[in-house]
Amino acid sequence: MHWPIDLIVLTFVIFCAIAAISVKDLLGTAILFGAYSFMMCLLWAVMGAVDVAFTEASVGAGVSTVFFVAAVFRTSRRTKD
Amino acid sequence: MTDLLPLIVAKYNYWLYVILMMIGLYAMIAKNNLIKKLVGMNIFQTAIILFYVSIGYKTDATIPIIQNAHGGQGAHSAVIHAADYINPLPHVLMLTAIVVSVATFGVAMALAVRIYQRYQTLEEDELRMRLADIGLEE
Amino acid sequence: MRFLGFIIVCLTGALLLYGTGEFPDWGDPDSPASTHLSNHYIEKAIEETQVPNLVTAVLADYRGFDTMFETAVVFCAGLACFLLLRDFSQKKERFYRHTPTGVILHVKDSKKTLKVGKEFEHMDKDWVPSDLIIKTVCRILIPFIQIYALYVVAHGDFSPGGGFQGGVIFGSSLILLAISYDLKTLVRRVNEKVIGIFAALGVLIYVGIGVICMSMGGNFLDYSKLAPLVPGDPHHIRALGMLGVEIGVGIAVTAAMAIIYINIVSEGRHDEGL
Repeated sequence: MHWPIDLIVLTFVIFCAIAAISVKDLLGTAILFGAYSFMMCLLWAVMGAVDVAFTEASVGAGVSTVFFVAAVFRTSRRTKD
Repeated sequence: MTDLLPLIVAKYNYWLYVILMMIGLYAMIAKNNLIKKLVGMNIFQTAIILFYVSIGYKTDATIPIIQNAHGGQGAHSAVIHAADYINPLPHVLMLTAIVVSVATFGVAMALAVRIYQRYQTLEEDELRMRLADIGLEE
Repeated sequence: MRFLGFIIVCLTGALLLYGTGEFPDWGDPDSPASTHLSNHYIEKAIEETQVPNLVTAVLADYRGFDTMFETAVVFCAGLACFLLLRDFSQKKERFYRHTPTGVILHVKDSKKTLKVGKEFEHMDKDWVPSDLIIKTVCRILIPFIQIYALYVVAHGDFSPGGGFQGGVIFGSSLILLAISYDLKTLVRRVNEKVIGIFAALGVLIYVGIGVICMSMGGNFLDYSKLAPLVPGDPHHIRALGMLGVEIGVGIAVTAAMAIIYINIVSEGRHDEGL
């Protein structure tokens, strides 16, 4: 009976997604997007997709966030929306 | 009402994926900043990956690694039932999709940096104005 | 535009929500996706490939041809970042720091250079003082991360992991070096040409294993034909072939991640960055 964990994490994922696209600071978007990826990784681990969860933990939460921060460092941090 | 609850439990996951997909699509259409659009694209992508992974899920099944097979001996004697293991095929497809998504994300970030170098902005309306100034667009 | 977008999104969402009514229940073992094709892979993969991790078995053996092109996609992403951003022009101004006194020199003439050594050191424009704790911790941590990456690549057959994950972890250890020290340290340690060659080498290893299989008389990427070349138990030859392929994938992914990071963070000049 593990579906409540699943649904709680899914709700967190949706909160993170809404926050990531509505924050006005792009560095904040980068960090929230990392949190989103990590929540997603937890969700896949719960669903038994261990390989996919491992990939997402290293790729989505790790390297993508670093690329994101690097790109924000070289462009602007502010945005209007 | 008693009929509705199992229906919600059985389909709740799918509804949340649709909501995630809608968030991503909205960010791609309505957001003005190019990097925000990229985030929307990634959210869309992960929603689809989530959908695929959840298709492969089976209740009362374990992860798709064969048990007692590490010595190479037990594998031949034991009979493997497909219902005991989660379907690995969607995992394989989505694993490569994640890796390709980070590759495209890197290229997209490189393009964003290049655009910023030339136009000093990442906002779509300002980009249109700059392009109109140099006569590339009416 | 915003309102129009909202309406389009709501329409699409409503259509998809309507479509979910036809789906099988979540976790249903009799759903169409779990009844036809996948049962063969689950029941026969260990017999045919000797690899307990079904995901790796399908990824590197049954659809190895597809994974080869996934590796090529990652390689092309690294290449695209290089071609988009690489800038070979020297920067006009440089900053040096006189180590004993801490005086900072700003050299505006591009032809004048100071000898970097005991007395002077290079400095980034957005310079932050180096933090001893971070440097030391990262220096201790990086070898362990790299060992772990090698473990993930080597154990891809038996446990979750494989070439993609191991390559990304190895690449992130290189990125950690660049973040904790500075970008020049990374570029000095791993030369740009070497990274480029490694990225191509990874794809080449993958293709090479396939071509060797062909020259031994089998199909492309039919690992069982490698048995005369490799000493040891011929039953495990498919697992060994997969390991070779995973190593190729790992090398290509490592190099591609490093190329993408270095080019984005320094805008292609490879001199200063995060």
